[in-house]
Amino acid sequence: MSILVIADHHNNELIAATANTVAAAQLIGGEVDVLVAGQGCAAIADEAAKLAGVNKVLLADDAAYDHLLAENVALLVKELAVNYSHVFAPATSNGKNFMPRVAALLDVAQISEITAVESADTFQRPIYAGNAIATVQSTDAVKVITVRPTSFDPVAASGSASVEPVSVTVQNAGVSEFVGEELAQSDRPELSAARVVVSGGRGVGSSENFSHIYQVADKLGAAVGASRAAVDAGFVPNDLQVGQTGKVVAPELYIAVGISGAIQHLAGMKDSKVIVAINKDEEAPIFQVADYGLVADLFDAMPELEGKL
Amino acid sequence: MKVLVAVKRVIDYNVKIRVKADNSDVDLANVKMAMNPFCEIAVEEAVRLKEKGIASEIVAVSIGPKTAQEQLRTAMALGADRGILVETDEALESLAVAKLLSKVIEEEQPQLVLMGKQAIDTDNNQTTQMVSALTGFAQGAFTSGLEVADGQAKVTREIDGGLQTLNLKLPAVISADLRLNEPRYASLPNIMKAKRKPLDTKTPADFGVDVAPRLKLLKVEAPAERQAGIKVGSVDELVDKLKNEAKVIS
Repeated sequence: MSILVIADHHNNELIAATANTVAAAQLIGGEVDVLVAGQGCAAIADEAAKLAGVNKVLLADDAAYDHLLAENVALLVKELAVNYSHVFAPATSNGKNFMPRVAALLDVAQISEITAVESADTFQRPIYAGNAIATVQSTDAVKVITVRPTSFDPVAASGSASVEPVSVTVQNAGVSEFVGEELAQSDRPELSAARVVVSGGRGVGSSENFSHIYQVADKLGAAVGASRAAVDAGFVPNDLQVGQTGKVVAPELYIAVGISGAIQHLAGMKDSKVIVAINKDEEAPIFQVADYGLVADLFDAMPELEGKL
Repeated sequence: MKVLVAVKRVIDYNVKIRVKADNSDVDLANVKMAMNPFCEIAVEEAVRLKEKGIASEIVAVSIGPKTAQEQLRTAMALGADRGILVETDEALESLAVAKLLSKVIEEEQPQLVLMGKQAIDTDNNQTTQMVSALTGFAQGAFTSGLEVADGQAKVTREIDGGLQTLNLKLPAVISADLRLNEPRYASLPNIMKAKRKPLDTKTPADFGVDVAPRLKLLKVEAPAERQAGIKVGSVDELVDKLKNEAKVIS
């Protein structure tokens, strides 16, 4: 067994989910190599080399891989995959973007967002918004897999692997071109990696009222999330959405404020260690998964909570 | 410009699913089925392109059982001009679906292929990217904004932490994210009219595609139930519990 993990990175930072993915890959048993593809990403390769248990880091530094354009990265990974029994990537927006292409080019299935490794060919993954857990066994020669980061504890940054440039010829499919990016500026922790998340829903009522959520979040050093209803209503940007089609989070503490608890939202947060729900509707389904429920008007409860933290 | 839009028949998103007692799969007997919500968004985008005069013809394709005709009729009621059903009673994996769609694309030669980013049953989020890889068409996955002009598609994509914009050379395959548009409802006259639009039926064998599964579904289980906790009476009690019982804040 030998496993290739594709590192995710953005804005010159290694995405933390890469360390969770390495941890998942180590459960297979066998050497784990990490590929860092991008432009000017030598520093990221050095960072990846510190991930505990990594055998070596492959560095593919070329303009063709800038912003991890799916067409080009998939061609590269396809060439490298001949040396491996498994190819893993985190189920981040980049991993989800290029990995199914890798699978198609290799003529194998992809197994999406695994949450457990049972053996070298058998994995668990949630289906139907997490309302069922499927155990699937792959019959393919190469297993192409994306990993749900919150299901695996990250490896430590205590290693010292070597970094080698890849020998594969650079490929540019030439069909897509990066134009630009608009990234949310925030000093708060990243949503999918935060220890505490405070989320607001439709009940928050407006973009201005979301200040109640931000103030409590800042007291707790927490990330801010939202339900789909709050995002659709335009209260907050869409990258804050927690749920089946948004981000999946599993913090130590998740505080759901003015969120009714549709199954699509629960799919994104029900693995949190402690769940608090604040909602004025005592029949709201969110209370069925909450460890601590407070039936109260959020406009009274949130300022009081902020004052008492 | 011809636009091809792929739609999937799935369990209605409001239905609470049940796992079969023998843990072999999810129980779909007598359950309400509907078009996958993301596919509805893809159909809506195709219809808007036609209304703007950019698309000249919209072909809706579905791969699934005979009953998936209903979803193709829905697509036609919303504005698709004709439908193609690749009929199979097997629950095909994404790779097989992508291969079949690639064959349909080869025959139909569309400039743009629109699909939903994921189906809410298997939650795979794979088929669009696979179709792009197999056809060589440019890929715009998780799209929340689309402008088509001068042989190019400018797509705004939802990525972790924000939005990314790409220019794609046509032909391209695009997967719709939630906020690409808000789908309309079909009007009664259009539902009636859709019944007379052409619908071709084919089979995987017609395309010579091997659709044998690559994965074995060993079992399907209900997730561990989370027990409801307690109701607290005040903010003070909540803070006390979080500090002293759950010990998640200090």
